[in-house]
Amino acid sequence: MFNFLINPNKFNKFADVIFKPLIVITSLTIIVGLLLVYLSPLDYQQGLTVKIMYIHVPSAWLALLTYAIMTIYSVIGLAFKTPFSFIINKAIAPIGAVFTILCLLSGSMWGKPMWGTWWVWDARLTSVAILLVIYVIIIFLNYTFESREVREKTIAIFILIGSINLPIIKFSVDWWNTLHQPASISKLSSPSIDISMLQPLLVMTVAFSLVGLIIAILRIKAEILMRKNYL
Amino acid sequence: MSLRFQRLILILTTLVMLSAALLLILFNTKQNIVFFYTPTELIENKITSGVKVRIGGYIKKSSIKKKSINSYEFKITDNKNEILIFYNGILPDLFREGQGAVIEGSINDQNTVNASKVYAKHDENYMPASIKKELEKNNQWKKEYK
Repeated sequence: MFNFLINPNKFNKFADVIFKPLIVITSLTIIVGLLLVYLSPLDYQQGLTVKIMYIHVPSAWLALLTYAIMTIYSVIGLAFKTPFSFIINKAIAPIGAVFTILCLLSGSMWGKPMWGTWWVWDARLTSVAILLVIYVIIIFLNYTFESREVREKTIAIFILIGSINLPIIKFSVDWWNTLHQPASISKLSSPSIDISMLQPLLVMTVAFSLVGLIIAILRIKAEILMRKNYL
Repeated sequence: MSLRFQRLILILTTLVMLSAALLLILFNTKQNIVFFYTPTELIENKITSGVKVRIGGYIKKSSIKKKSINSYEFKITDNKNEILIFYNGILPDLFREGQGAVIEGSINDQNTVNASKVYAKHDENYMPASIKKELEKNNQWKKEYK
């Protein structure tokens, strides 16, 4: 049933089936999301600046999700030698990198008026900056090594080593004193974000994920085409 | 056991060992990774004067004194100890009494710091302004919201 997640031909077929409905759903979600953001109330402390959150949080979450997907595929790829894993690694690394950049930029723009600085070297910000560096290295690794097998293995191993950064990013705000605020949504006690702000945030997260998914499908299909000769 | 699963176990064990090693390093260098000290930590560590530090805590209620157009004096507290701060410059929007802040500067002597930078710290609470008014009207406004 989930063969399309590991078999390029089945992925192509599955992608063709869902692509058009996916585009419709994505456009609708973006429109609804932006409307909800427009209508969302101002924060009692931050005022209008709170709306940067609706860009910042989804992109941060997608930057991490993309890397997590790459990690899972790298484990499968190294253990079971599935060629589709390496297609995924090559196709979605730039997507993760772009979301990381979005996250850093929007965070900076929020930090200047709220904290009083564009950038500080606290644990959360530094670990996300390291994530961006890791993404860039992965992208550049695709242009190294003549032998495809060596290259793909190197990238997969590098992704696995870099994946240690993921829990560090997630828990950096709990383990160390940071300027960055701790998590609001995944808190065990009562949610510390009001429902009228949580709704647009969740819709925007879905919208960002769908946009990422569309770009990923296009890139994966292109990558499969390029490798048609030796799949 | 097939070769593939042997490889899988090898990869997963390597990952676990690597992360364990890294986490041990990170936890043992905690002193260098924290972005700021609390006032209590600063007083207990007895840092010599002239050293650059960052102190984080809450701005003590009714401790802000405006001495001139952009010269301020206030106290940072963690409810146990407090430190007097002198600062010349522009304060961030969120800077107000009871709000969290991080101060960068050099220690003069015990309990006073000459700040070179002031960052306001935002907490993880997000709430529409209208709800705050409602809560205050009904006396439901809790101190922890700040």
